Amino acid sequence: MKNPLAIIGRIILAALSELGRLFQFIAVAVSHIVRPPIYWRLIGQQMWLIGYNSLPVVGLTALFTGAALAQQIFVGGTRFNAESVVPGVVVIAIVRELGPVLGGLMVAGRVSSAMAAELGTMRVTEQIDALVTLSTDPFKYLIVPRLLAAVLTLPLLVLVANVIGVLGGFLIGTERLGLNAANYLQVTADFLEAADINSSLVKAAVFGFFIALMGSYHGYISRGGAQGVGKATTNAVVSAFIAILLTNLIITVIVFGVTG
Amino acid sequence: MSEPMIRFSDVKKSFGNKKILRGINLEIERGQSLVIIGGSGSGKSVMLKCLLGLLQPEHGSIFVDGDDVCSLGHSGRKRVLSKIGMLFQGAALFDSLTVWENVAFGLIQGQGLNKVDAKEIAVEKLRRVGLSADVGALSPDELSGGMKKRVGLARAIATEPEIILFDEPTTGLDPIMADVINDLIVECVQDLGATTLTITHDMASAHKIADNVAMLYEGKIIWHGAKAQINNSGNAYVDQFVHGSAEGPIQMDTQVKATVA
Repeated sequence: MKNPLAIIGRIILAALSELGRLFQFIAVAVSHIVRPPIYWRLIGQQMWLIGYNSLPVVGLTALFTGAALAQQIFVGGTRFNAESVVPGVVVIAIVRELGPVLGGLMVAGRVSSAMAAELGTMRVTEQIDALVTLSTDPFKYLIVPRLLAAVLTLPLLVLVANVIGVLGGFLIGTERLGLNAANYLQVTADFLEAADINSSLVKAAVFGFFIALMGSYHGYISRGGAQGVGKATTNAVVSAFIAILLTNLIITVIVFGVTG
Repeated sequence: MSEPMIRFSDVKKSFGNKKILRGINLEIERGQSLVIIGGSGSGKSVMLKCLLGLLQPEHGSIFVDGDDVCSLGHSGRKRVLSKIGMLFQGAALFDSLTVWENVAFGLIQGQGLNKVDAKEIAVEKLRRVGLSADVGALSPDELSGGMKKRVGLARAIATEPEIILFDEPTTGLDPIMADVINDLIVECVQDLGATTLTITHDMASAHKIADNVAMLYEGKIIWHGAKAQINNSGNAYVDQFVHGSAEGPIQMDTQVKATVA
């Protein structure tokens, strides 16, 4: 029978080794961001693919979540005669947490997997090797545009998601729950602070980085044909989800941990 | 005597415990066409990847036009790569670009040529490999295997490199198309006066392309000589490979090894 400690040791070593490779990948990618040439056309192309094409799914997620949230808070609030808190709680919940997190997760599901599949296919069909032989650095040509595009696009997407999420709550609140429209908007504006918006945008940029990083990393290192590409795609989505949820917690604790 | 264009000096490369290259020593003179033959898994592709700097050997040196590619920095490696064109086994065309953009890629990205001039050269190179200008507007996934190889060849010669590498140029093609590709390779190489290194296990291709032939077996060059000598090499391994015989010193591991639980 195998020694359980040896098994645990091997798992830890494998995890540390993977982490080392990931940090090495990040270091090389970041070093290429600050050195020319920068492929602006490719960044624009990626911004379109990440941003515009994700708008429907992110918008619908925000709309339904905002609406469901308003309904739940209303039901809970009526127990304490506190129906008036609906707009305030909806806007804080959407802008601080649900907008960036759900938006990030939806984009991760769409974009990380697509990046991993595309780069993984390029790897196993030797297209990445071909780039090198054509005097083009794959990090500059493939990785940097994806990282920059995701970091720049996610805040815009989340901004839109926040507005639509609040709108979802507004629609349910005024059309179904009988809340006054003008009052709803006034309370929403009173509750919302600049720090909420700033933290939302910072979170979105960080999530964008991890979405592109995980998609690029797992695709770039994939091996072994179609099976390897499939595995890279799954790993990209799972690791992007975990990174988003973990960094969300860290940023929330840092920004709101003291003041609330 | 002039410096060889490519020189492998005691190159060793392993993956984990598996030794792939066990001390490669090989020289290719300028303008010479060397074909390396060898079975699957003998290390041919690893040799090419080491030459391109895609893999780093653990030991030895690889000189390209006097530069040791194993110890070059970023700019030095870029300078060496600018002298090399490569035709990949599966052509490795970029899916996201059209055919002419693939052919012009090295001219635009590597040499900084503007798009209009690069397209003109790309169309001319496509014509050189027997493809019309209309093909330039197609996507790679609209091409047949033979057409992909032609486009790959056009891309490899687009920058008019001093060295061209061919990785299994006829694999996956029917014999007639394979012969067409072999003829194109010979013509294009003669036009450019390039030094070429081809790896293949297709003897018909080797006979057509090569000036000299080397055989790689278990990570070592076990024979190296002129193409004319290959049928009288006096080497039992080469004879077996050339004649495609199951009998001989090269033993294929075809038996399933049973393990006892």
